[in-house]
Amino acid sequence: MTDIIKASLPGLPRRHAAERRFQLYGKLAITLALGFLVVMIGMIGVSSIGAFTQTQIALSINFDADSLDPDGTLDPATLAQANYGSLVKAALREAFPQVKGRRDMRKLYGLVSSDAEFTLQNKVAENPALVGTTGKFWFVASDDVDQLAKGNIDASLPETSRRISDKELGWVEQLRTSGDVQRVANVSFFTSGDSREPELAGILSAVVGSALSLLVCFVLSFPIGIMAAIYLEEFAPRGRWSDLIEININNLAAVPSIVFGLLGLAILLNTFGLPRSTPLVGGMVLALMTLPTIIIASRASLRAVPPSIREAALAVGASEVQTAFHHVAPLALPGMLTGAIVGMARALGDTAPLLMIGMVAFIVDIPASILEPATALPVQVFLWADSPERAFLEKTSAAIMVLLLFLVLMNLAAVLLRKKYERRF
Amino acid sequence: MSAYALQEADTEVMAAAKPETEPLIAARNVNVFYGDKQALFDICLDVPEKQVTSLIGPSGCGKTTFLRCLNRMNDLIDICRVTGDITIGGKNIYDPDVDVVALRAQVGMVFQKPNPFPKSIFENVAYGLRINGLVDSKGELKDAVERALTQAGLIDEVHDRLEAPGTSLSGGQQQRLCIARAIAVEPKVILMDEPCSALDPIATARIEELIDSLREKFTIIIVTHSMQQAARVSQQTAFFHLGYLVEYGATDTIFTAPSDERTESYITGRIG
Amino acid sequence: MDQEHIVKSFDQDLNQIESLIIEMGGLVEAQITDAATALKRRDVELGGKVISGDKRIDALESDIDQAVVRILAQRQPMAQDLRAVVVAPKIASNLERIGDYAKNIAKRTSVLAKTEPIGSSAGTIKRMCALVQDMVKDVLNAYVSRNAETADDVRMRDEEVDQMHNTLFRELLTYMMEDPRAISPCMHLLFIAKNVERMGDHTTSIAEQVHYMVSGEIFDEERPKSDTTSTTFIEPDAAE
Repeated sequence: MTDIIKASLPGLPRRHAAERRFQLYGKLAITLALGFLVVMIGMIGVSSIGAFTQTQIALSINFDADSLDPDGTLDPATLAQANYGSLVKAALREAFPQVKGRRDMRKLYGLVSSDAEFTLQNKVAENPALVGTTGKFWFVASDDVDQLAKGNIDASLPETSRRISDKELGWVEQLRTSGDVQRVANVSFFTSGDSREPELAGILSAVVGSALSLLVCFVLSFPIGIMAAIYLEEFAPRGRWSDLIEININNLAAVPSIVFGLLGLAILLNTFGLPRSTPLVGGMVLALMTLPTIIIASRASLRAVPPSIREAALAVGASEVQTAFHHVAPLALPGMLTGAIVGMARALGDTAPLLMIGMVAFIVDIPASILEPATALPVQVFLWADSPERAFLEKTSAAIMVLLLFLVLMNLAAVLLRKKYERRF
Repeated sequence: MSAYALQEADTEVMAAAKPETEPLIAARNVNVFYGDKQALFDICLDVPEKQVTSLIGPSGCGKTTFLRCLNRMNDLIDICRVTGDITIGGKNIYDPDVDVVALRAQVGMVFQKPNPFPKSIFENVAYGLRINGLVDSKGELKDAVERALTQAGLIDEVHDRLEAPGTSLSGGQQQRLCIARAIAVEPKVILMDEPCSALDPIATARIEELIDSLREKFTIIIVTHSMQQAARVSQQTAFFHLGYLVEYGATDTIFTAPSDERTESYITGRIG
Repeated sequence: MDQEHIVKSFDQDLNQIESLIIEMGGLVEAQITDAATALKRRDVELGGKVISGDKRIDALESDIDQAVVRILAQRQPMAQDLRAVVVAPKIASNLERIGDYAKNIAKRTSVLAKTEPIGSSAGTIKRMCALVQDMVKDVLNAYVSRNAETADDVRMRDEEVDQMHNTLFRELLTYMMEDPRAISPCMHLLFIAKNVERMGDHTTSIAEQVHYMVSGEIFDEERPKSDTTSTTFIEPDAAE
């Protein structure tokens, strides 16, 4: 018997080689892309690590009863008005008796954060019995000390080219040898709002601002988007008008987001006089931006529902509205939700429209409602990246990490929702 | 063939197929257009009550188009236009005062591919009953669903898993579920568009047996590509070709001694 | 219809059945002629040939039956194909019966060869056979050419055979009355005449099948029959 399956067909080795080559290109491309991603996230991640710890300095404070509570009544109002700053300064003077001169003194006082007096005030308010006692307390170090402790300031450089002087170096060294410097987890990063002082700045207000904006965005854009999609896909007569609308929706999805910001500024703020810098307006602008995406995604998922389901419903005597809402829309819902979440994830990362409607302001307070001024995560990243202080660098990276985490969670939600509600047909 | 000759042929077809009783469905000069393209030409056809009428013909001959005219499923296609009269029980279904939803409740349809709703078996059958307001209580609904499943010969296979999704059934069972769904609302007419084309021979045999038993209560019109199937299940057969109704008559005659050459060529498997 | 089937082998199957029937018909025609010739010439040898030739006809009939069963199972023929397939075994069975009658004539030839010839009866029988053989030939032509008119014509010609049979019947009865010794050969000749008459009937049956195959209509009108032998009675004294 002769060979039926020829070992070598002309050109066969070449075809196999082409196949292998193509697979190799594919793998290379993916490796490259993954590599970039890992490097980028890795770098941001590494530089953000510092932001999650903070340096503290221990000082022994003498709660001088005479200056805090001259009347001896321990009245909270009196205690609240007392000068705690002087207590901190006194403690510093005591720790470093060798420091003389006004300029050095000011530098010495700058070792701890301006937050120190409020820390003491809170402690006394909590426990008035402290008055008259002496004790050791930990205070948040200033950003320069913090950076020095984290090794971000190179002490071997000449004095003029670093932010911290030789004297300050010496003081920190003295504190370090006496065990009065420590690094702890930076909880306040997640629990406080923005601050001019890098060591005090937190992300919470931005997270809450983003969440509120997205909530407004979702509440507005999801129902409107879905209704529009269902109408266009299931009811609207096909013709020139529906084509025109479709083209315009597609165009809207491609409009740069800053244009929506301008729209919000011109109409929402100027014409309707809605409060500026608020998640309400931010959410509305983001909703405008997300709407085309949701409509397009929803229409695609409606179109993916097989026509046989519509026919089946119509054939048993369902009206068109019943067909759309009992059968087609539920089947398309996972796709619609996914589309909405993907659209909102884009909105979450967008800064430009928020800049236009004033959500770029420096907001310390955590917004309690959608009508209070707020900022958003990407804007916070932008603000911090714009700040000159060295310590804001790691804060920026940390904020990016939080933003990415937010995005991952949203995408995860999209995947889970799809898994849960996806039905075979 | 000239238009004149065709017209002549059509009158002949009508005369040959005159049923003894008043027809339930009567089509008169039905023309269907898709945009500029005409898909059906002057169809005149009388469908007798409580019989199975099969529509056969090569692909694209207009048999499915005609079927979908009978429950106005063609309304869904924007560019589709129907002229002529189709009366069901004496009422022209293309009259402006006819509610298409009410019409479809009376003219059920079973499709080529089994298309159960992605819901439970029970819900599949119950849906039509519910939206058409045919039942007043839960108990009544349950009875009606079980009755429909019994009629569709499916009850023995599914009685213990009515809550299982309809899509978990086999292809043949799904198709019988679709038939149960159609007969649950007790229509006068059931249209079947190649109901067995996606099924294996055993499942096909079950459906054919079912069609035979449903004939007692319903008027059935079935489009099929299998001439053997048409011969097996139907009493009347209509042969469509290129949008014309070529021949219509008793199934026995059509398959043993058709009078038109085109019918002959088609059913004997010659190029025609 | 000259159009070919889309499935070529279907045509081959149908042609196979047709050629089997033609072959069978040809054989049957030859058997009829040979049996008549053997009778006329009192040729026992030729009669033996006819007897042994019948086996081939029987074999062909079973071949046709098998081919029909196979084609029904494989092709599910419709309309004209269905009719062609359905009539084939009926035609074959009729031909087989005709063949049997020819064989029977040949068997009786060996007895008749030993007796005196009875008048011109053998010649009459030969003419009857020629008539029947002609009918078989024409009906087969009608079958091949799908010509219903020829078949109808054949169907009408059976009347002539019947009339010849009547005449012969009366003639042989008269011979038997005249001379009891002639009873034995006459009885055989009577049976032979009856056989030929039956052959004619089977041929008309074939003609009816051909008519149905071509037109799709089943004959319901009565065929003119002239076989009056069942009611023929000759008074014994009439022979005197």
